[in-house]
Amino acid sequence: MDHLDELENQSIFILREAYKNFKNLAMLWSIGKDSTIMLWLARKAFFGHCPIPLVHIDTTYKIPAMIEYRDFYAKEWGLNLVVGKNQKALDEGMNHEKGRIVCCEALKTQGLQCIMEEQGYTGLILGIRRDEEGTRAKERYFSPRDKNFEWNFKDQPPELWDQYKTTFSEDTHIRIHPILHWTELNVWEYIQREKIPIIDLYFSNSEGKRYRSLGCAPCTGTIDSKAKNVEEIVEELKNATTSERSGRAQDQENTYAMQKLRARGYM
Amino acid sequence: MGNNGSAPDLASRLMRLVIVGHVDHGKSTLVGRLLSDTGSLPEGKLEFVKDICDQQGKTFEFAFLLDALQEEQEQGITIDTSQIFFHTPKRKYVIIDAPGHKEFLKNMVTGAADAEAALLLIDAKEGVQEQSRRHGYILKLLGLTQVAVVINKMDLVGYDEKVYSKIKKEYSNFLKSLGVEAKEFIPVSAKLGINIAELKDEMPWYKGPTVLNMLDQFEKKPRPDHLPFRFPVQDVYKFDERRIIAGRVESGKLKVGDRVIFSPSNKQAVVKTIEAWSVDEEPVSATSSESIGFTLDEQIFVERGNVCTLREELPIVSTTFDANVFWMGQHNLEKGRKFVIKLNTQEVECEVQEFKKAIDASTLETLSNQDYIAKNDVAELTLKTRSPVAFDLFGSIATTGRFVLVDQYDVCGGGIITTYTPTTKEDKLRDEVRTRDFNWIKSDIKPEERAYRNGHRAALILITGDPGSGKGPLARTLEQNLFENNFQSYLLDRRNVNLGVSADLKQPEATIEEESARRLGEVAKLFLDAGHVVISTSNAFHREDQEDLKLLANPYQVIEIQISSKTIGNPDILLSLDEAQNLKEASTKIQDFLKEKKILTGHNYSI
Repeated sequence: MDHLDELENQSIFILREAYKNFKNLAMLWSIGKDSTIMLWLARKAFFGHCPIPLVHIDTTYKIPAMIEYRDFYAKEWGLNLVVGKNQKALDEGMNHEKGRIVCCEALKTQGLQCIMEEQGYTGLILGIRRDEEGTRAKERYFSPRDKNFEWNFKDQPPELWDQYKTTFSEDTHIRIHPILHWTELNVWEYIQREKIPIIDLYFSNSEGKRYRSLGCAPCTGTIDSKAKNVEEIVEELKNATTSERSGRAQDQENTYAMQKLRARGYM
Repeated sequence: MGNNGSAPDLASRLMRLVIVGHVDHGKSTLVGRLLSDTGSLPEGKLEFVKDICDQQGKTFEFAFLLDALQEEQEQGITIDTSQIFFHTPKRKYVIIDAPGHKEFLKNMVTGAADAEAALLLIDAKEGVQEQSRRHGYILKLLGLTQVAVVINKMDLVGYDEKVYSKIKKEYSNFLKSLGVEAKEFIPVSAKLGINIAELKDEMPWYKGPTVLNMLDQFEKKPRPDHLPFRFPVQDVYKFDERRIIAGRVESGKLKVGDRVIFSPSNKQAVVKTIEAWSVDEEPVSATSSESIGFTLDEQIFVERGNVCTLREELPIVSTTFDANVFWMGQHNLEKGRKFVIKLNTQEVECEVQEFKKAIDASTLETLSNQDYIAKNDVAELTLKTRSPVAFDLFGSIATTGRFVLVDQYDVCGGGIITTYTPTTKEDKLRDEVRTRDFNWIKSDIKPEERAYRNGHRAALILITGDPGSGKGPLARTLEQNLFENNFQSYLLDRRNVNLGVSADLKQPEATIEEESARRLGEVAKLFLDAGHVVISTSNAFHREDQEDLKLLANPYQVIEIQISSKTIGNPDILLSLDEAQNLKEASTKIQDFLKEKKILTGHNYSI
């Protein structure tokens, strides 16, 4: 059993625990590489099926190719896709010029909150990883949120021997993070090994640029790269010394932007 | 954080390390230093943190590299576990940086439970402190015995060998009392980078390895493939025509064609296929740590919590066992309160039957005559579960010999099973039943074929209540009504069994009661095996009798109908004395329940 096998087996175990313990469960699919491998892992866990609905939060500012990719594979893989939007904020003209943090919170966090309330989900599976940035490093696999979506990172439940928090009071919900222990390189090595179809925005374009992390068009930048396929990305990452989210503007707003966003319910 | 968790040409697997110790003894500084000295920091990270320090008017410290959260920087303590990757020329590491503040024991446990080796830090100037000892004890309880002690801040004591020797002596004595031996005591200054990556000149009297050398000497934990096969069932899937038993192999190996036993139900079947999606070849075997799924040659009833093993290597099944427990809850762990035990995928209510020893984990002092433990303390105790659980001793198979305790919504304690003595009558009977079940000659007619013909599954309906509560008349009516509806019902009257099967039983009385109950159960088992709905009655206060009957009727279902003004135990249906008087209605109510439970399925109905 190699390292990728270990990661895969652990993630499958977590997905099955989530599926067994939560009556109303959903998985967030951002179309990015992380949530896409998570979807792949779910199909492994459930022997070719994905019995969990996939939620996509549409900010309407996503790169158009992402929506095409989403709709194609939702059909191809027979997925139950639920699209969520904060229509009220959009009608009121919310966009990143009102402030990046304000915009993320309105369109993503509140967009998510809307769909959660509408569908009554009590468990939400997300593809975040510990190595992405500092606050995510502190996460649990099963992480409780209160009724206002808030994360009390100062008082988290203990997690040991694969026994997770699966009991909770009615006004709270649990975030489940099956690929928390993966790194960016692991994700790409796994995509390579499993031949998972991934959106081509990650590959170097004719101008020698590629996305390393995907988000909304106005706030996500490309990096200079010659990597045109998965193999080349794996090679590039083995020698990389900059961080993955360096192209994500909301992280750079100020030192504690991400922590504040996440304590209030951001993915 | 980290450098993507990998470095080229490092074939060996990841080693998981935890760094523990008293608050402010320098854990974060050591981690920051390790990252920096192994060239494992992402470009710009050091500058980024230095900038923040400038913004806040502080002098840069290595610890800040890790303190990604605002509060940490304000309070100067690591509040949670984070994971940081680095590598030496030998292999990759992930450090689980565990907090040292007493309040954060649950975070320390979260980090350490996952680790393969530990570094325990002690401040040379402050010496051995409360958390130094508590953490040592918890590491032992978590089964983590690969430990090296790092004596930090040697620069503050003038690199004095005497200070080093004093701490080494004191702490190794403490560890010895736990049965743990530290691999090494390494004197360092994490802040100045002394003896971390290289041996420096400040302490020529120290001849041992550097911290990095020590890490490279730690051994990978072997996977438990050589141990008996253990597979706690996580779930049963029926997404398509396959009925897949899903779970993770905790130890040992499984092959297609193996005859497997599920405990505590004692049901058995043969593994037909091992299922997998998106693989080149269908697997034919599986080993420990693999999350798998398999199908069986027979449609036996299996559910989450069952433990699947091979017949030759069964787990222990009992309701009582001895354990060492550490407690992290706000409320005390005390006698008389109910908790939920989670042992692999089993979840059962439990309570402490006896405190053998309550211990203050920071001093190892016994808290005498104390029938509870408070947060951060540990105990040796006997636990009793409401229904039987399958387990192993932690010393023989670690992954199926440990558990957590849940109080209300939260995991509040963890424990390892140390000993088990089958002393109770129930344990002995359970062993007998197990032997009986394994050697039982099965008919060629399968239970489901009988159920199809009869229009019902076999079950034991036990009507309980005080003498004179109307058990007898209700039992007779139920037998009659079921018969009229073309079901195979039989009223098994205890007196009839005593007249014949148990006619040889003589004094003393207590033994007679026990043995006649056993014989009644065995007779019932034969009728159940023949596919009948068996009806019997029992005094509500004879709970032990009923437990025995349930054990003996295994794997068939036992439904308890209790006639009483207040509930005793956990009956499936409770009837008041008045309700039981109305025989027709009571009988209908019971039949409706049997339909709901899919015991009465109706004729020509495929189950």
